[in-house]
Amino acid sequence: MQPSTPIRSEAEIIAAILAGDTQLYHELIRPHERSVYMMALSFMKNEADAEDVAQEAFIKAFRNLSTFRGDAKFSTWLISITLNEARSRLRRQSIVRMQSLDEPPDEEGTVSPALLRDWREIPSETVEREEVRTLIQRAVETLPEIYRQVFLLRDVEELDVNETAQALSISISNVKVRLHRARMMLQKELAPQLKTVNRAPKRRWLLWS
Amino acid sequence: MVIECKHVWNYISEYLDGTLPEATRDTVQKHLEHCEICSAILDSTRNIIILTADDRVFELPVGFSERLHARIDSELTSTK
Repeated sequence: MQPSTPIRSEAEIIAAILAGDTQLYHELIRPHERSVYMMALSFMKNEADAEDVAQEAFIKAFRNLSTFRGDAKFSTWLISITLNEARSRLRRQSIVRMQSLDEPPDEEGTVSPALLRDWREIPSETVEREEVRTLIQRAVETLPEIYRQVFLLRDVEELDVNETAQALSISISNVKVRLHRARMMLQKELAPQLKTVNRAPKRRWLLWS
Repeated sequence: MVIECKHVWNYISEYLDGTLPEATRDTVQKHLEHCEICSAILDSTRNIIILTADDRVFELPVGFSERLHARIDSELTSTK
């Protein structure tokens, strides 16, 4: 019989894996599956490639676990492994994506938002509608790469500013500038479209509920 | 201090994150109190961030976890 497992910290689990209890690796990565996949997806843009990259990243992380120092968070470390894996895969596929390989300096200038007179709160349940999900996904996917990555890490994966800067090897002020632009670009793109979506009659949907 | 809408837009992201210096935040807040356009921009931005972060928007592919853990299992047995 298995003794009931006490709740262990990430550091303790890692130590146990390194000491030979490798099965614990399954447990260690479970909370990070989504963020690693999302990060891979932000580079690869198709689900199959993103899944490959995510798997590869988890395998590499396992093989290199002894090099994890614990001065960064495990999640941040995983994200950098994922980024490296995604980048090297793009290079192998010889897809020319200069933007991601040589980051351009952050250009000057502001992104103007969509101007609205009022905003009626769109409730979270709205994302249960596929058209709304698709709209949002497409808006995020079409953000320029440097903005998309920062946005996904900060606002979707909810890493803090320092973790994001560390994972992407950019400065904290670049994180802030890029995040701001990403958010403004999304507002500009999505606010007018979501406004109409929100106005769609609700009654239609009750028929199926 | 009075500021123009255009300048308020530059602060929206940090305003939402609560990382503006106090004086700037107060200035922005005063502007928002009487400017319906900037308020709508702020509200829509906040709303869009929340919707985008919803777990249902970006989902893991079906079977992702199973395939991942199967792959890890074969890695674990091969390194034994």
